[in-house]
Amino acid sequence: MSKTNISKDNSVANMFVKKEISFGKRLQKKLFNRTNINGTIAILGFFLIWHLLVVLRMPFMKHIPTPVTVLETFINLVTKKVYWVSLWFSTKRVFYGFVAAQVLGIPLGLAMGWSRKFKYLSFPVFEVLRPIPPLAWVPVSILFWPTNELSIAFITFIGAFFTIVLNVLRGVSSIDKELYRSALSLGAKPQHIFRKIILPASIPSIATGMMVGIGITWNVVIAAEMIAGDKGIGRLTWEGYLAGDTPTIIVGMISIGFAGWLSSGIVKIISDRMMPWRKLF
Amino acid sequence: MRNNGDEKVIKENTNIALDNSHITKKGALSICNVTKIYDPEGVHVIALEDCSLDIKAGEFVAVVGPSGCGKTTLLNIIAGFDSLTHGEIYLDNELLAAPGVKPKPGPDRVVVFQHGALFPWKTVLDNVIYGPVIQKKMSRDEAIEIARDKLSRLGLKEIENVYPGQLSSGMQRRVEIVRALINNPLVLLLDEPFRGMDSVTKSASHEALLELYDIFHKTIYFITHDLEEAIFLSDTVVVMTTRPGKIRMTIKVDLPRPRDYRMLSTPRFLELKETAKDAVHEEALKAFQRGERELA
Ligand SMILES: Nc1ncnc2c1ncn2[C@@H]1O[C@H](COP(=O)(O)OP(=O)(O)OP(=O)(O)O)[C@@H](O)[C@H]1O
Ligand SMILES: [Mg+2]
Repeated sequence: MSKTNISKDNSVANMFVKKEISFGKRLQKKLFNRTNINGTIAILGFFLIWHLLVVLRMPFMKHIPTPVTVLETFINLVTKKVYWVSLWFSTKRVFYGFVAAQVLGIPLGLAMGWSRKFKYLSFPVFEVLRPIPPLAWVPVSILFWPTNELSIAFITFIGAFFTIVLNVLRGVSSIDKELYRSALSLGAKPQHIFRKIILPASIPSIATGMMVGIGITWNVVIAAEMIAGDKGIGRLTWEGYLAGDTPTIIVGMISIGFAGWLSSGIVKIISDRMMPWRKLF
Repeated sequence: MRNNGDEKVIKENTNIALDNSHITKKGALSICNVTKIYDPEGVHVIALEDCSLDIKAGEFVAVVGPSGCGKTTLLNIIAGFDSLTHGEIYLDNELLAAPGVKPKPGPDRVVVFQHGALFPWKTVLDNVIYGPVIQKKMSRDEAIEIARDKLSRLGLKEIENVYPGQLSSGMQRRVEIVRALINNPLVLLLDEPFRGMDSVTKSASHEALLELYDIFHKTIYFITHDLEEAIFLSDTVVVMTTRPGKIRMTIKVDLPRPRDYRMLSTPRFLELKETAKDAVHEEALKAFQRGERELA
């Protein structure tokens, strides 16, 4: 039989052989790409315009300090323990709420997607609880949980929980039926289906749920701290407001933004690790 | 052992069977008066009606017919994804499907789908070894060894650690066919595997499939809309009638194997194509007219 078509395929296959690039080159490429350079210019531009607006005494900027003042406050704050303690508390609350939401939400979403009976049983309750905004849980939460920490972590949990469940549920129900069929056709038994097909196939939607969820938890934790917290970066910001200390408010806001961005980055790294097949080229 | 074809030994030792499977004359399908009605209480769609077809062991059958005539329905019943309403199907004289028999998919009848169903989270190699490993027929290492051998025969060895999403559809389908064949199935069920491919990819895929067929000689049920493809690949072209589907005619393709692209312009090929075209065209016309009636 002919073997001609075999050799010609190798050239196609060769595209997939990894090219070795030195670490330095890679780092350089990573740091100085177009997106990063443009991003830096945009941020610098933002501060410049802000500064100009304040210096030119625009009426709507009356209560806003210049970026320079904010920077001074920032430098002053980061040398103080209270700043780091605040950040630490908020981060802890986000972490616990987020992890709890994943630990409970992922299995629940998988179970709801997997078993129709379970879905019919649980979905109505779920759909009634879901529209309740996390902050509406504050009073009940304070009454229910013995410590303040637990109630804030719980509210944070509520924020991420419904999103993750819905994402996983949607992920499971959109699994291609041909994947199940080909698994069965290749000799998988029905009891293999959950672990071998449903679980890996829903990883991308779990990752999406995590990404959306981490954003929500930061939103929720800050709001909860302003209402009910002691400590925490949200509280620090709020106290800045109570004291009429605008630079502190702005430093608080920027810190929240930065912490949220950093957490999203970490979640992104974790979710990329979970699904190496999605990192195409 | 090689020549007297002790089926049992061969079945148990897939490694040997894969290399000598052309001597196992198994995989004969007998489809007897099959009727399939979807949703009998409700819409009541008669997809197949009194459909009978005999497929010999190792025969390559290409099934053509107007859209919605029941080709996939029949494939799903053979594969064990769906039940039938009347009739029976036998695989090597054993009852495979009948009313009341629970449909059971399995690695003796592996399916390759049109859009492909490689597991996107597994590398090519892990996809290929999925069957034997999940059936506990081989250890992972054994399976890997055989898979590597098969992949390299098709020039796919270099991509064993690549994920399916990174491959062209042509390569994906080839990997999928290897993944099916490593199970040493009796029947290979292919539902329009090359549909929507550009002509170059398609002819490369034809070559690969023909080469595999010449090695393994499995029974193949191959659905397609492309008559040229049907004749070029198969031993028998089965033309189905418009819904409710049954067999309108079977055309024996008496072109010699191994097949070669030059055959596409031989008088015999063109003659066969005309015959098939006339039959399909007439059925398609019926389907079209009925469609207009249903709309009116
Ligand atoms: N699950 C189902 N419930 C109800 N009707 C169905 C179902 N599956 C298929 N049908 C109907 O049965 C008929 C045959 O469908 P089938 O998929 O077997 O056709 P086909 O020959 O494979 O068509 P195509 O060439 O378009 O793939 C069609 O009219 C289709 O609408
Ligand atoms: Mg079909």
